[in-house]
Amino acid sequence: MTTGTTALPGVAASEPPSRRRPDAAPGGTARHSAGYFVYLVPGLVLFAVVIALPFAMNVWISLTNWQGVGSPEWTGLDNYRRLLADDAFWASFRHNAALIVAMAIVPTALGLLLAAALFDYIGKKFGNGTVAALRACFYLPQILPIAVAGVVWGWILNPTSGALNASLETVGLGSLTRDWLGDPDLALFTVMVIMVWVQLGFPVVIFMAGLQRVEPALYEAAEMDGATWMRRFWHITLPQIRPEIYVVLLWTTIAALKVFGPIYVLTRGGPGGATNVPAYYSYQNFFERTQVGYGAAIATVLTLLIVALSVVFLRIQRPAEEA
Amino acid sequence: MSSVTLRQDYLRYVVLAGLTMFALLMLVPFVIVTMNALKSPAEYAGDGPLSLPDGLYLQGLIDFWNRVDYGQKLLNSLMISGAVAVLAVIVSMFNAYALGIGRVKGRMWLLIVFLLANTLPHEALVYPLYYLSKEVGLYDTRLAIVLIFVVIQTAFGTYLLSAVLSSFPREVLEAAQMDGAGRWQVLWRVVVPMTRPTLAVLMVFFFIWTWNEFFLPLIFLISNDNQTVPVALGVLQGQRLMDATMSSSSALLGILPAILFFLIFQRTLTRGVTAGAIK
Repeated sequence: MTTGTTALPGVAASEPPSRRRPDAAPGGTARHSAGYFVYLVPGLVLFAVVIALPFAMNVWISLTNWQGVGSPEWTGLDNYRRLLADDAFWASFRHNAALIVAMAIVPTALGLLLAAALFDYIGKKFGNGTVAALRACFYLPQILPIAVAGVVWGWILNPTSGALNASLETVGLGSLTRDWLGDPDLALFTVMVIMVWVQLGFPVVIFMAGLQRVEPALYEAAEMDGATWMRRFWHITLPQIRPEIYVVLLWTTIAALKVFGPIYVLTRGGPGGATNVPAYYSYQNFFERTQVGYGAAIATVLTLLIVALSVVFLRIQRPAEEA
Repeated sequence: MSSVTLRQDYLRYVVLAGLTMFALLMLVPFVIVTMNALKSPAEYAGDGPLSLPDGLYLQGLIDFWNRVDYGQKLLNSLMISGAVAVLAVIVSMFNAYALGIGRVKGRMWLLIVFLLANTLPHEALVYPLYYLSKEVGLYDTRLAIVLIFVVIQTAFGTYLLSAVLSSFPREVLEAAQMDGAGRWQVLWRVVVPMTRPTLAVLMVFFFIWTWNEFFLPLIFLISNDNQTVPVALGVLQGQRLMDATMSSSSALLGILPAILFFLIFQRTLTRGVTAGAIK
């Protein structure tokens, strides 16, 4: 349930609070409104110390050459120029694109099909208990801390003592055993499969909650007209839960861009950088190579990408909701 | 006519069977970890990972528990997540009181600024935070992690609570003010009690989210005595010192608290979410 329900209030809250009654504090005067400002002080002070100042420092550090000790040497945009020519940096973004497929696109598409099938196909005949049990199975991986999910899979996929290879041996398929996370050609794909397993429950739960809103009469009318399940899915389910689809896509895409824990636990970006991602690459520069300025530049680019993506999504979402 | 219905019914069973297979496949990692955490190393070597355990062999779990001082890790995680949950709900409430009920000027911008705290990748904050915390002597303390996550979680709490409070019934507020209650009293005697279900849900989210965090705790909590559960397990995973059954024990010990919270909080969440829906 962790990330699960969060997006729902997000949908509800996306209408700005001010619409109903512009600028009316109880009592209604500007003086009153100013009195409430005191309540923002703790939040704003904490925000300034923990978010604003460090972020500004990070941007500044990205314009310097710094090993983390001594005084940083101002180098302007040198780090960013170096980024553009750095193959490892571009590779990390390509891997990130693969993880967006595995963490956002595949789970959303699969989640839509599963939610729709559970909701209006299985649920009608077999009852809510069956549906709830199946949903719980899909959701279970979501409750694990991501690092623990990594530990689970790291153990299963261990090439020498892990359960998968040992199982393949046991059932006589020894020729299929692989070094799942250690083979450069295979590691990224293995991580992708794991991430689908981790993420799938989130869209399923959100979409099933969204489907509760849909007027049952819509489905009944369509069924009466003899519309097939696919047609109902395409013409009723999809348009009706469009807000949820946007929120899930945005949320999971951002999660994919930020991914660090699974990479750290499963592969440490390896083998030979085959699964490196920008978040992990910046961590390496910060704490392993002590190229702090360069790491800060990677983190800044990643931030810009995430903020830009959020703005674009919200722009698309607004008109879609008003339509 | 009836043969069509029959065929449709038949199809439904096929779909149900397919979905059930898929759902069980999702559970395989959990099952296989549990089975093997309860085997002795000799049993694992002899029978492989697919056989059911002969009996309850708990030594692997006990060994792992003692080796990493797991009780201490649980305590650290509990204290950090608990403190963050309580403090972040209080700060969120203050923010939302000013934004949602007080309607201070520029509230939309303030809301967007607060949300940034939730959107920024932690990598863009980590090095300055690391540096600053060393300067003020907070590096490698649980307090540093609590402070950081109070702010990060407050971002979402402010967002959600502002929306909830902006539709708070004005008559109730005005009635309380008529009775001579000041802003502080209105907050604690009227607003907080009336939003309790939402606050409970928020607290649950904050607790679980903080429990699950990995990156910043990994950087900040380097000494064994301060580490959280995910950090301890994640760091150990890299080391190849553990045999197969001990590794599965470590995985199981990571899974169990998560499932326990899920079961305990399931009730709060369902109640809170429906309470929100009715409102």
